[in-house]
Amino acid sequence: MLQIVFDALSLGSLYALGALGIALIFGVMRLVNFAHGDVIAFSIFALLWPSTDAMAIVFAGNLPWFLLIPFVLAVGAGLSVLCEIVVFRRFRNTNPATMMIASFALGFVIRYFLLMLYSSRPKSISLLPVLSQPVEILGARLPLLQLITIIVTIAILFGLVIFLRRTRFGLEMRAAAENFSMARMLGVRANRVIMGAFALSGALAGAIALIFGIQTGTADIQMGAAVMLMAFISTVIGGLGSLAGAVLAGFLLGAASVVMQVILPVDARPFRDAFVYGAVILVLLFRPQGLIAARGTKERV
Amino acid sequence: MSISTPATDPILSAEAIAARKPGPFSLAGKSIVTPILLVLILLAIAIVTMMIGSKPFNQVIIDLFVRVILVVGLYVFIGNSGVMSFGQIGFTCLGAYVAAWLTINPVMKKMSLPGLPDFILKTKMEYWQAAIFATIFAAIAALIFGRILMRLSGIAASIATFAMLAMINTIYSNWDRVTGATSSVVGIPIVRSIWPYFTAAAIVIFIAWLHAISRAGLALRAARDEPTAAAASGIDIPKQRLIAFVISGAIMGAGGALTAHSIGVVTPDNFYLSLTFVTLSMLVVGGMGSLTGSVLGVVILSALIQGLRFLEAGVPVGGSMLALPKGLQEIALGIIMIVILVLRPSGLFGNRELTLNRNRSE
Repeated sequence: MLQIVFDALSLGSLYALGALGIALIFGVMRLVNFAHGDVIAFSIFALLWPSTDAMAIVFAGNLPWFLLIPFVLAVGAGLSVLCEIVVFRRFRNTNPATMMIASFALGFVIRYFLLMLYSSRPKSISLLPVLSQPVEILGARLPLLQLITIIVTIAILFGLVIFLRRTRFGLEMRAAAENFSMARMLGVRANRVIMGAFALSGALAGAIALIFGIQTGTADIQMGAAVMLMAFISTVIGGLGSLAGAVLAGFLLGAASVVMQVILPVDARPFRDAFVYGAVILVLLFRPQGLIAARGTKERV
Repeated sequence: MSISTPATDPILSAEAIAARKPGPFSLAGKSIVTPILLVLILLAIAIVTMMIGSKPFNQVIIDLFVRVILVVGLYVFIGNSGVMSFGQIGFTCLGAYVAAWLTINPVMKKMSLPGLPDFILKTKMEYWQAAIFATIFAAIAALIFGRILMRLSGIAASIATFAMLAMINTIYSNWDRVTGATSSVVGIPIVRSIWPYFTAAAIVIFIAWLHAISRAGLALRAARDEPTAAAASGIDIPKQRLIAFVISGAIMGAGGALTAHSIGVVTPDNFYLSLTFVTLSMLVVGGMGSLTGSVLGVVILSALIQGLRFLEAGVPVGGSMLALPKGLQEIALGIIMIVILVLRPSGLFGNRELTLNRNRSE
């Protein structure tokens, strides 16, 4: 039982972190960033030296942990900001559908760039192997990583809440999310806020990449796609633009996946994700605005 | 100082009203040039291919016609409704598997796909019969999904269509007794003549045109451009979207069946993100709002992809082979797509259609 709770929490943490990265950007510029998943993949591949051989040549992955973690976060943030400067800046005033297609295309460019450098075969890497050891808590054997994932996610969430509520930059970001043009008129610098949102979102992508990489022990150019889709769905279910909603929906989706894994008959288990997607469509029918509707995103006439 | 008088409608006689009213087929007469010209372009391509008679080139042109079908299918829904859908390729997947189920030799089917119902296991159809069933199956699936999805709008609708695509992919990737899971389903009869593909593409172009000028198509485009005004004029937006969604789903299903017959194998991942990306980029580059754009977008980008493939395979320069690294093709496509979106957000053709009258701007 406890095992299920921890499974749900750790899977939910991944989804919540992903959803948060997407919701942050959506909040400030109404962009549904399809490239987010590929930023995740890129962050983990940055640890390897470019080569198309099956054997991974570890490059930055050998760094001690106190350098490794900032390195991956910085790679994610850097790539994300680069995307903003090179691509998304030119789409500031276009409609959300156009931006969505552009980000879809950008995601493909990043993915095939990785494919060109590293080939499409998944590569095995072992990062921080200490974390794969099991620990015993209240009678349940859990991988240490699962515990750390949950703790780190909660820490990140608290950190983000404090950042958004207590700092000037956070205030500007929240103002921008609520009413961008009004915030600009009141002296919030658009570029700074948007770049900040991209950097934060990229760093979150880096965090997911690290957790995922340690968990699965492989680097795969497809790995971002699965998390990304669930993260998207969380942002939509949570109410586009609402950060709290995104996190809540991420945890809910994680819980739903794990619960379905347990209660579905064995034959139906491979189809777990299909059930989750179906449930999502149903939720959208009853609450198209999401669980927590963000202010300022309502359709106006 | 002038007193503005409200413009009163002159009272018209019955004849005058009758004279103003367009004739029953005036719109059709004005716009039929577009599909005819587009089909003629494709016909020219087909005839040139026949004259060249090279086998690899033949396959390239078959791919081109299949893509035309798929992208026109996307246009019917995305172009007319303005709702971005990432899910239409899911219907292509459904259609392709129906074609596989119905055309593979029963002896082979029993071995590779034992979970199929008995009556399917025993049937062996001609490819065109199977394609008709694939179309119907995809249309029914589109009707069921559409009933649910068309009630959403905007970004929620787009993400929901994405969830639908992922759902179909998950089911087909795991249902090993019926779809062979992720391994390839082989033994689908391959059709090597280009004419069936050309005929299907031509029919699809005319269907798309007919839908676009029909009452439903006009209402849908009105709803795309002015949703509030359209709803106020009594247009039932979800219903019009559903009609387009089902037609689009049927076309995508037919395209899927033909894809299966053009390559002879199907796997669920053939019909997932990569195909979605390629077909969407063709639609976007050509111009989402125009039938001409979607057809010519396919032709232009297919030519480009072919060129890049040629370079990836390597060209002899001096004594050595110079080959571009793999993956460059997709990178180039992505960059072109982004550049087009920046410079011409409505695509190369925008809302314009190909007509003989060059001065008419709409």
